[in-house]
Amino acid sequence: MPARLVQRPGPAASLVLRGARVLDPVAGIDETRDLVVRDGRVGGEADGLEAIDAQGLVAVPGFVDPHVHLRTPGREDLEDIATGTAAAAAGGFVAIVAMPNTAPVVDTASVLESLLERGEHEAAVRVGFLAAITAGQKGAELTEQVELARAGAAGFSDDGHPVADAGVMRRALQYQRITGLPLVLHEEDPSLSGRGVMHEGAVASRLGLGGIPSISESVAVARDAALAEYEGGRIHICHVSAAETAEEVRRAKARGVRITAEVTPHHLTLTDAAVESLDPSRHKMNPPLREESDRAALIAALADGTIDCIATDHAPHAFDEKEVPFEEAPFGVTGLETAFAACHTHLVRPGLMSLELLVRRMGADAAAALDLPAPTLAEGAVADVALLDLDGTTIVGEDGFRSRSRNSAFLGEELTGRVRLTIAGGQIAWRS
Amino acid sequence: MTRRSLISITDLDRAEIARILRVGNRFAEVMQRDIKKVPTLRGRTVINMFFEPSTRTSTSFELAGKRLSADVVNVKGSGSSVEKGETLKDTVLTLAAYAPDVLVIRHPAVGACQIAARHTDAAVINAGDGKHEHPTQTLLDLYTIEREVGPLDGLHIAFVGDIAHSRVARSGIRGFQAMGAHVSVVAPPTLIPRDAQEALGVDVSTDVADVADADVVYVLRMQLERMGPGGFVPSLREYAATYGIDHARLRPGQRVMHAGPINRGVEISGALADDPATLIERQAANGMIVRMAVLYHLLAEPAAAVEPAEPIGALAE
Repeated sequence: MPARLVQRPGPAASLVLRGARVLDPVAGIDETRDLVVRDGRVGGEADGLEAIDAQGLVAVPGFVDPHVHLRTPGREDLEDIATGTAAAAAGGFVAIVAMPNTAPVVDTASVLESLLERGEHEAAVRVGFLAAITAGQKGAELTEQVELARAGAAGFSDDGHPVADAGVMRRALQYQRITGLPLVLHEEDPSLSGRGVMHEGAVASRLGLGGIPSISESVAVARDAALAEYEGGRIHICHVSAAETAEEVRRAKARGVRITAEVTPHHLTLTDAAVESLDPSRHKMNPPLREESDRAALIAALADGTIDCIATDHAPHAFDEKEVPFEEAPFGVTGLETAFAACHTHLVRPGLMSLELLVRRMGADAAAALDLPAPTLAEGAVADVALLDLDGTTIVGEDGFRSRSRNSAFLGEELTGRVRLTIAGGQIAWRS
Repeated sequence: MTRRSLISITDLDRAEIARILRVGNRFAEVMQRDIKKVPTLRGRTVINMFFEPSTRTSTSFELAGKRLSADVVNVKGSGSSVEKGETLKDTVLTLAAYAPDVLVIRHPAVGACQIAARHTDAAVINAGDGKHEHPTQTLLDLYTIEREVGPLDGLHIAFVGDIAHSRVARSGIRGFQAMGAHVSVVAPPTLIPRDAQEALGVDVSTDVADVADADVVYVLRMQLERMGPGGFVPSLREYAATYGIDHARLRPGQRVMHAGPINRGVEISGALADDPATLIERQAANGMIVRMAVLYHLLAEPAAAVEPAEPIGALAE
């Protein structure tokens, strides 16, 4: 059953990007020329269209984020569909998928349908919604997944409350044969994480903070890969943070398990050394920032395809919820507005990854991870375009955020790489 | 003006630590006098904020402030607005409105003092933040060792026991190393933090016999209140039998320290705890003297000054 992605209706974009480097690695396009968007689709005659000087800029297929938190329903003071999708557009994203850990949890068709309806009125870019694997994300009883799938769920996840019971996970994998929708898994063994608040390693030992060991993540992946293999199921692993986990995913793929995985920009660019700040607003998230050797392993795994794509795990929190001691603060950082700039600054510019690969991993590969249609610059396609200024710099937060929250891991940092224009679903969603 | 704070033992360099210890010596002389009060901090305000139980640290900070003639106010976690759900930030902002010169903070969370320091111009003194640091304990330990054992340079100090949950060890290791001592830790594997050798620069052993190499055996309290469920050791009985320090596990001449409160019969035998040859009582007595020296260092001493000339009674007059 196909996922429903919704967006508010608006005027179809018609414009021409003059002299852009048009780059779509999947379609095999890399040339400097005009890119025409007419009536919301790629291609057609440039005559009479608004022209944008795009010399020196790069037009790529817009990005897809399989993992965001829109805090709606329940905590609209942190984010709602309008502000979350506006943040997405500002980051070059044309489609995002929201997690169901809201209040109430998205575990019934009526809650899901109300979100899809709001999305049809408020979303600046396409948005889809995952539903919970278990009722109330309590890990005990499966949700009514056929009904949720018919209502348009993008998949199922108990994000943040990993399914601890292997038997329940096995039932979910069996039941998946009806819906065909991905199971999206935050992998963590709570008995190993304990009361940890950061990566277990030398920095935690110095700071006296409780550690979340890497194996808390990797043993959970090992279990679920074995279950998926046994049942022939299909799983997507959220935010891989540890070298051990990347290795588990690599082994599972090698033996044919239907498994995909994502990694966040912050895990690709920061390490637990940053936690010396003791600033939970920037540096407390779960999974935690790990060591330089983990970061290197994640970059390598993303490059070789072990990890399929980049996802932000955009997690808005109120500033004052984060202005408390590190151990007391909630986990999570925002990410939609800084994802490309952070990866471009810390991966592409130092030569750790090509721009082409980054564009794939944030676009087509991210869409494929959740079986969503891939944005493309091919002639006739619905226009999903991000126009990038690779030399443009920003100090994160200086101009505020489109998100309603500001708990960015990169707050105050100068990043290189700006999104000048986003066309999402054929509509202009962002322009700076 | 934002005052200088003491949040981590690493906020002080070796020369500053040495100076505080020398000032402590002067205050020790004052404590021998009939009238144990000097006017050094007259007109200054010290607010002690204790969000966690404490006997030694809170009493010695209060007496230290009073003997220096400061106005001392004590705020406890229980009985204050903290019980009504007030955040640390708001408590600090409220108290900062009274323009204190020093906030002394004991808090169960790591980094509480950093947060406080962002919201006040007062000097913040860390009197223990969770499992993180307890720098004035380290200063009084250094003072005690220097007076009772000798210069730190080249001395070997072994921490024994619950390293994982100990702020005394975390500050102590770095403070002792800064003064030239060699530090090792001896503990059950479940109570040694990950990568301890790399993180803390210490020799690590799980064999209690390795305390034999040390000049000073620093026994750590089993912090049962921070352990939560899950059991870091099978039983206190087994812990006492395997890692508890008693006379039989010591060689002649070794000195024993403990920051208190002690768990008799767990990490230290009752007979050893009561043995006047240990430094435990000296530590408690020296706590007030060293905290006087810390207050003096942060408040009275001009930035570039050397330690006070005698007579100490004329300090800052």
